Amino acid sequence: MKGDGMAESTRAFAEQFDDPLQQKEAAQAGMWVFLVTEVLFFGALLTAYTVYRHLYPAAFREASRRTDLALGSINTAVLLTSSFTMALCVHAAKTGRRAALVALLALTMALGAGFLAIKGVEWAREIHEHLLPGPSFEFPSAYPGEAGRQAQLFFVLYFVMTGVHALHLVIGIVLLGVLAFFAALGRYRSDYYTPVEVAGLYWHFVDIVWIFLYPLLYLVGGPR
Amino acid sequence: MSDARAHYLNAGHSMRSWLLTKDHKRIALLYLASVTALFFVGGSAAVMFRLQLLTPHGHLVLPETYNKLFTLHGIVMVFFFLVPAVPTVLGNFLIPLMIGAKDLAFPRINLLSWYLFIAGAALALGATLYGGVDTGWTFYTPYSSVFSNTYVVATVMGIFVAGFSSILTGLNFIVTIHKMRAPGLRWFRLPLFVWAIYATSFMFVLATPVLAMALLLVGLERVLHLGIFNPALGGDPLLFQHFFWFYSHPAVYIMVLPAMGVISELIPCFSRRRLFGYEFVVMATFGIAFLGFLVWGHHMFVSGQSAFAGLVFSFLSFVVAVPSAIKVFNWTATLYKGRIRFHTPMLYALGFIGLFTIGGLTGLFLATLGVDVHVHDTYFVIAHFHYIMVGGSVMAYLGGIHYWWPKISGKMYPDALGRWAAVLIFVGFNLTFFPQFIVGYLGMPRRFYMYPPEFQVYNVFSTAGASILALGYLLPLGYLLWSFWYGPDAGDNPWGASGLEWKTSSPPPVRNFETKPVVDEEPYDYEGGRYG
Amino acid sequence: MRFVPPLASVIGSQVDGLFWFLCGLSAFFAALIAGTILFFCIRYREGADADRSHPPPRNLPLELTWIAIPFAIMLGVYWRGAQLFLRERKPPPDAQQVLVVAKQWMWKTQQSNGRAEINELHVPLGRPTKLLMTSQDVIHSFFVPAFRLKQDVLPDRYTTLWFTPTRVGEFRFFCSQYCGMGHASMIGRVVVMRPKDFEKWLASGRTPGAPQEQDPGRILFRRKGCVACHRKVDGQGPPLEGIFGKTVLLSDGRTIVADEDYLLESILYPAAKIVAGYPNIMPSYKGQLTPEEESQLVSYLERYGTGRQKEPRP
Repeated sequence: MKGDGMAESTRAFAEQFDDPLQQKEAAQAGMWVFLVTEVLFFGALLTAYTVYRHLYPAAFREASRRTDLALGSINTAVLLTSSFTMALCVHAAKTGRRAALVALLALTMALGAGFLAIKGVEWAREIHEHLLPGPSFEFPSAYPGEAGRQAQLFFVLYFVMTGVHALHLVIGIVLLGVLAFFAALGRYRSDYYTPVEVAGLYWHFVDIVWIFLYPLLYLVGGPR
Repeated sequence: MSDARAHYLNAGHSMRSWLLTKDHKRIALLYLASVTALFFVGGSAAVMFRLQLLTPHGHLVLPETYNKLFTLHGIVMVFFFLVPAVPTVLGNFLIPLMIGAKDLAFPRINLLSWYLFIAGAALALGATLYGGVDTGWTFYTPYSSVFSNTYVVATVMGIFVAGFSSILTGLNFIVTIHKMRAPGLRWFRLPLFVWAIYATSFMFVLATPVLAMALLLVGLERVLHLGIFNPALGGDPLLFQHFFWFYSHPAVYIMVLPAMGVISELIPCFSRRRLFGYEFVVMATFGIAFLGFLVWGHHMFVSGQSAFAGLVFSFLSFVVAVPSAIKVFNWTATLYKGRIRFHTPMLYALGFIGLFTIGGLTGLFLATLGVDVHVHDTYFVIAHFHYIMVGGSVMAYLGGIHYWWPKISGKMYPDALGRWAAVLIFVGFNLTFFPQFIVGYLGMPRRFYMYPPEFQVYNVFSTAGASILALGYLLPLGYLLWSFWYGPDAGDNPWGASGLEWKTSSPPPVRNFETKPVVDEEPYDYEGGRYG
Repeated sequence: MRFVPPLASVIGSQVDGLFWFLCGLSAFFAALIAGTILFFCIRYREGADADRSHPPPRNLPLELTWIAIPFAIMLGVYWRGAQLFLRERKPPPDAQQVLVVAKQWMWKTQQSNGRAEINELHVPLGRPTKLLMTSQDVIHSFFVPAFRLKQDVLPDRYTTLWFTPTRVGEFRFFCSQYCGMGHASMIGRVVVMRPKDFEKWLASGRTPGAPQEQDPGRILFRRKGCVACHRKVDGQGPPLEGIFGKTVLLSDGRTIVADEDYLLESILYPAAKIVAGYPNIMPSYKGQLTPEEESQLVSYLERYGTGRQKEPRP
């Protein structure tokens, strides 16, 4: 077997593979398949959102106007920027610039953390304004109990969607942290940087999910 | 295991060498032990409620206990036995061998999948030990999300975690089959079992996340009193049913497609014939996998969904029956001009065709709108899906275990005993479930801990059959375990079978093949004289 | 030993007809496949002397045949099944209406004159009866094997079921959707009576000396003052006579069919869907009516102004 012929210490790929190329392709394919799963995972939430918005269009419009458009928009910009720096990470890895790679990974992580911080501020405000679904939920409306009940569904979906998205981002930040650690040790070279590439796919995906959430949660209310 | 030759079984005997193994073959055996144990847990619950149903006013267990028993049976059998059984045991063991690879693409993820599976099972069974769940395996809202006072959250989290095990297993298979086939193993030379696992893997990846999200929402709804599926808070309980069946109908095919893959291996080998219409069987596999995603609404004809949706889902359900029929016809035609040998695996395969045919035909009754309105949620449905799941999937699983046992263990079991067990299971199965078609049409609803006396005679038949069936399942457990240590050596290819897995030694070496195999023949080349 | 349940509805004999056809079809194909397998197994068993020359690897015309023939038969079955289903879903306009309220673990039924029963349902022979059903807690399902009919019963919305009984007698009904501990005890009986006996039975439920008016929905409609705004002409709210089943234009430009669920929503949450041309001034009746009263009111509105129900005097 080809792989076994090489000395164990210098082999740059796992022993179940025949060569580094096969390993790289497998890793990429694996991430793509994983992202397909993720699409369906968020897809269920988007379906629920579609169903309830169709049932209660007015309440969803009204509820959407209560989200913080300014912070939401800033966050969109932050996350898009992080995708850009992530792309730069892959480029730095490809060209074998170790210091640049570590710095860019750190920057991407910082942007991700910034997103989470802003999101946290938003959540805190919304909780303060009694928009967290549950016994404390309050939604002033002409007919108590009615629009409130429907608006609460909007906020259930809002918190679940942004919560699940934030969880994905936390995982992404941890992932990049591990990559940065190994990058600093010099594990990635211009002929081997698959983990950076695969993590990049994941990061962009989390970004794209936000691109869908942003209009659905912040913009459907129309002008405020 | 005293032979000098090194293979995967004697490559380490410590607990650690098993629990931290990355070898797909050892992981397959870990799964084999786990799903077998879970099968007998689910089976014991079935024995209990069958005894309860022996008399109309069964006083064996309390109503709430009865409800927990059938829930336990459903959850364990569906999520922790039928869904994982063939893919994780046979699939894990065979996929790399069949495509000539050294292992799966991601061995560590493979091990992680097993631990997730065990964690999920521990959560779900832990909930049972604590007091159980009484929602039925379907978790219909708002009963599950608001009204039930049992351990719903722990159970759905168990299934959620096990779902990730399914997803990662599917991901591993897809990548492995795509990227790691031996030279010369073109797509249309793949064994049907590989095709079946490939299609199943896609269903794992596409359907499981929807169930995961639906169960997550049920859990959140219980804990935080949100209203996603609660009509009192504006939610829609039917949305849960849509989510649930969007997973659970494909899950039926997740359970049966790999079984069909097994049968497609057994029939050619024991009739010494090339599989008739190979391309059609491949296309039928994908036809089923694709259409399986479009028929979930046929579980909801009387749920209150629109009549139009009923018409569409009914039509698509008839369409999905076609590829299943194609498979049955092609298996039958494979026997033509064969040299048929009746070893144990072949008896299971023939039994599978018969029982699957009945299961499939009675499925047409359920797809027919006017008739389904009457038989929906009665024992007719129970009988139908047990014909598919037990008569189909479990028969094929056992057939597969008997077929590949010499490869897995290197040993041979007593074939005569195996044949008797197969016959016993076939008879016991029919005695258990055929009467349920009748009692279902008579109108006995499912999930009844007591019933009007006119249904009793059929329930007595069922319970009698169940006891035969239980005996039938214990037999293979006994003689297979015996043969693992004391059985005669089987040799590398006792059935004279084609396929790469038979070209390596039994049990296979740690890295599967001494030299990288090269494939230069069409699949199931039994007529070419190579295999005697 | 029975093989089919007693038969007591018009649709039931059609369902049975299709069922027996399917049984025959299944028996034929099962026998065909089992017979072929058995024949091959005997003729081509190892060691048997048989002609094994030129075994075919595939056969396109054969494949297409066994795809096309079953598919054509299935289309026929689909068509017939769909026909029956649509018939089951479309009650005739003159059907007698009965309210059914399910809760853990009992059935309450109420005739339009207010006569109520528990786990029992009296219906006249030969006349269509329509059940308007809702649940107070979880999902249940109303299942009458003798009529070959069932329908899930959902909380906070309405489903319907209709039938024309063809046999006098008592027939069981069940809850067929698992609903918790007492699921198996949600059993009741449908009593089919000759129309004359039924009228007598219906009238016997009336307490002597009580006012003429007994329709609980109609009483509510008057007592709650609905008619003050929902007048025939010039009311502040849209007129409700004959509203049921009509398509209504809403203030946001959408249209909706005024079915039971819309009527209920408009009683509980009037602002959700305002009829075009009317102000949003109706107060919510959420919490002011018991679930049973809600159903009685909806049931009344469904019959109001359709010729089956007289209009109340304001």
